[in-house]
Amino acid sequence: MALLEVKDLYVNYNTDEGVVHALNGLNFSIEKGECIGLVGETGAGKTTLALSITQLLPKHVGEIVQGSIVYDGNDVLAMNKREIQAMRGEKVSMIFQDPMDSLNPTKTVGHQLLEVLNLHFKELSRKEKQEKVDQMFRLVGIPAERQNEYPFQFSGGMKQRIGIAMALISRPELLIADEPTTALDVTIQAQILDLMRRLRDEFHSSMILITHDLGIVVDVCTKVAVIYCGQVIEFGTIEDVYARRNNHPYTEGLFKCIPDLKSDAKRLTPIKGYMADPANLPKGCKFSNRCDYKSTRCECEEPEFYETGTHGIKCFRFEGQQEK
Amino acid sequence: MALIETNHLKKYFKTKSGLLHAVDDVTLKIEKNETLGVVGESGCGKSTLGRVILGLLPATEGDVTYDGESIWTEKGKKKDFVYNEMQMIFQDPFSCLNPRLSIHDLIAEPMIVRKMVKDKKEMKQRVLELMDLVGLSERYVNAYPHELDGGRRQRVGIARALALNPKFIVCDEPVSALDVSIQAQILNLIMDLQDKKGLSYMFITHNLCVVKHISTNIMVMYMGQVVEYTSKEALFEKQLHPYSEALLSAIPLPELRKSRDRIVLKGEVSNPINPKPGCRFAPRCKYATEKCTSQEIPLIEVEKGRKVACALYM
Repeated sequence: MALLEVKDLYVNYNTDEGVVHALNGLNFSIEKGECIGLVGETGAGKTTLALSITQLLPKHVGEIVQGSIVYDGNDVLAMNKREIQAMRGEKVSMIFQDPMDSLNPTKTVGHQLLEVLNLHFKELSRKEKQEKVDQMFRLVGIPAERQNEYPFQFSGGMKQRIGIAMALISRPELLIADEPTTALDVTIQAQILDLMRRLRDEFHSSMILITHDLGIVVDVCTKVAVIYCGQVIEFGTIEDVYARRNNHPYTEGLFKCIPDLKSDAKRLTPIKGYMADPANLPKGCKFSNRCDYKSTRCECEEPEFYETGTHGIKCFRFEGQQEK
Repeated sequence: MALIETNHLKKYFKTKSGLLHAVDDVTLKIEKNETLGVVGESGCGKSTLGRVILGLLPATEGDVTYDGESIWTEKGKKKDFVYNEMQMIFQDPFSCLNPRLSIHDLIAEPMIVRKMVKDKKEMKQRVLELMDLVGLSERYVNAYPHELDGGRRQRVGIARALALNPKFIVCDEPVSALDVSIQAQILNLIMDLQDKKGLSYMFITHNLCVVKHISTNIMVMYMGQVVEYTSKEALFEKQLHPYSEALLSAIPLPELRKSRDRIVLKGEVSNPINPKPGCRFAPRCKYATEKCTSQEIPLIEVEKGRKVACALYM
């Protein structure tokens, strides 16, 4: 059974200007020990999905309209506040994008780590808790003596590592990392990715890595889900997607946008146009207005998810190819 | 003669705990129609260097020459013309535009300040011309920045930089705040403009894929100093400085590989306040020996047109 299963999820944001359709029938599941990369542009709904799973959507604004989220056999949407709190932080934890904003500036970092244990592991003695905190600092490569310092005394990369330590101290079964390295430099990014790979192997926890960088996914993950306009449009193992034999036109476009270190092409080939406005979505395939292969059918009918083995693509071009 | 040259340029900031060496002894040369890529981690002084060249910050030592003339050392009107010739594209398209001005006013602003255009009609025409040049549709002329997405906002920033017909533009991480698909559009635009207008760029970034795509020459900076300065082809074929090597191997590439043997640097950039003599990269360098920290490591020419500051090549 899957650890987490998201089925046909629709999430709307009700704003003053109208209803924004952030997720539109998103299907997604993750097994124990798997590491899935969620790739997509700004506004594709990656973060909304993460917030829906952890029930952190902004109150009164974000609304789950339809669908189900089942975690380890329990319906997340039917949980009461206490049950959600027990799940969040203990079983599912999250690393946030901006290490500068996700820590409390008025508390020492050691205190902030201890807070997690105080909430979720009340049975441990003080000494045991402190030991765990020290151990965690060492694991992410920060001297334990520095735990009495405040966030501003650390650099960006170190703050992110503290964020990771905080997410991991409860040994979660599922870790959701929302663009954990976007705010960091390449060399620090390499350190963090290295750390995450090591943790994945050590803790055997499942991980959802949200990013817009296809290069990071191939480094850490075993599977990829490409998200566009609140839908998964391509799903497969790293090999399926990165072999670049069969790809959704959008994924193909994403690959082409990245300047290649090996070729000397003078011009890049960007995906034309802009992402459809989530407040005013097109009827058929959401990508049809930017797609080079579109036909009239794409504009009025929504394609299904066509699967070949482990690889699924939501595009009419792959209709009927499943048997091959 | 090179369009822009700097000569042992230094910029130190006074802080409570000592002198912060933001830019330390940088000598560079940018020819007409050339793009110099400046690469390095945050805090290595690349933005400060750009600002000093544009005269937004006074240099502590050394000078900047434009077309052979020293521009920021003498006071008075002499340097006035330079403001029209040099411009900047900023990193964050969300904070570099005044939210209270319409797109028309934003693009017109530099021309009003420099008194380039006489009447309103001419101004409108000029603004529309610029919008067309950067690929913004005419219907946005009365829109406000918050109505545009990142890519279009960055186009407004570029139109502003082009308004005075400059010859040299400092691009300070112009695409790092954008999505990959939009990033490609903006990079294409920046390169097309270079061909059309014969611009020279100093392109500041930490993204090596981008720098490879756009530059003629590349300068790698570490803690205010130039550690490697060479042509693009030479750098991507073989990196001489250990830091350049680590930087290149840290790029996440979207392709399948069997094994990864990338170099993960230990530690972080050390403190640029009152740095110790010797190689500043030494604490993180796997080749470091006593030689590295016992003496200053000069930037020396190891091959024609290729400079490296590393004890390995002394």
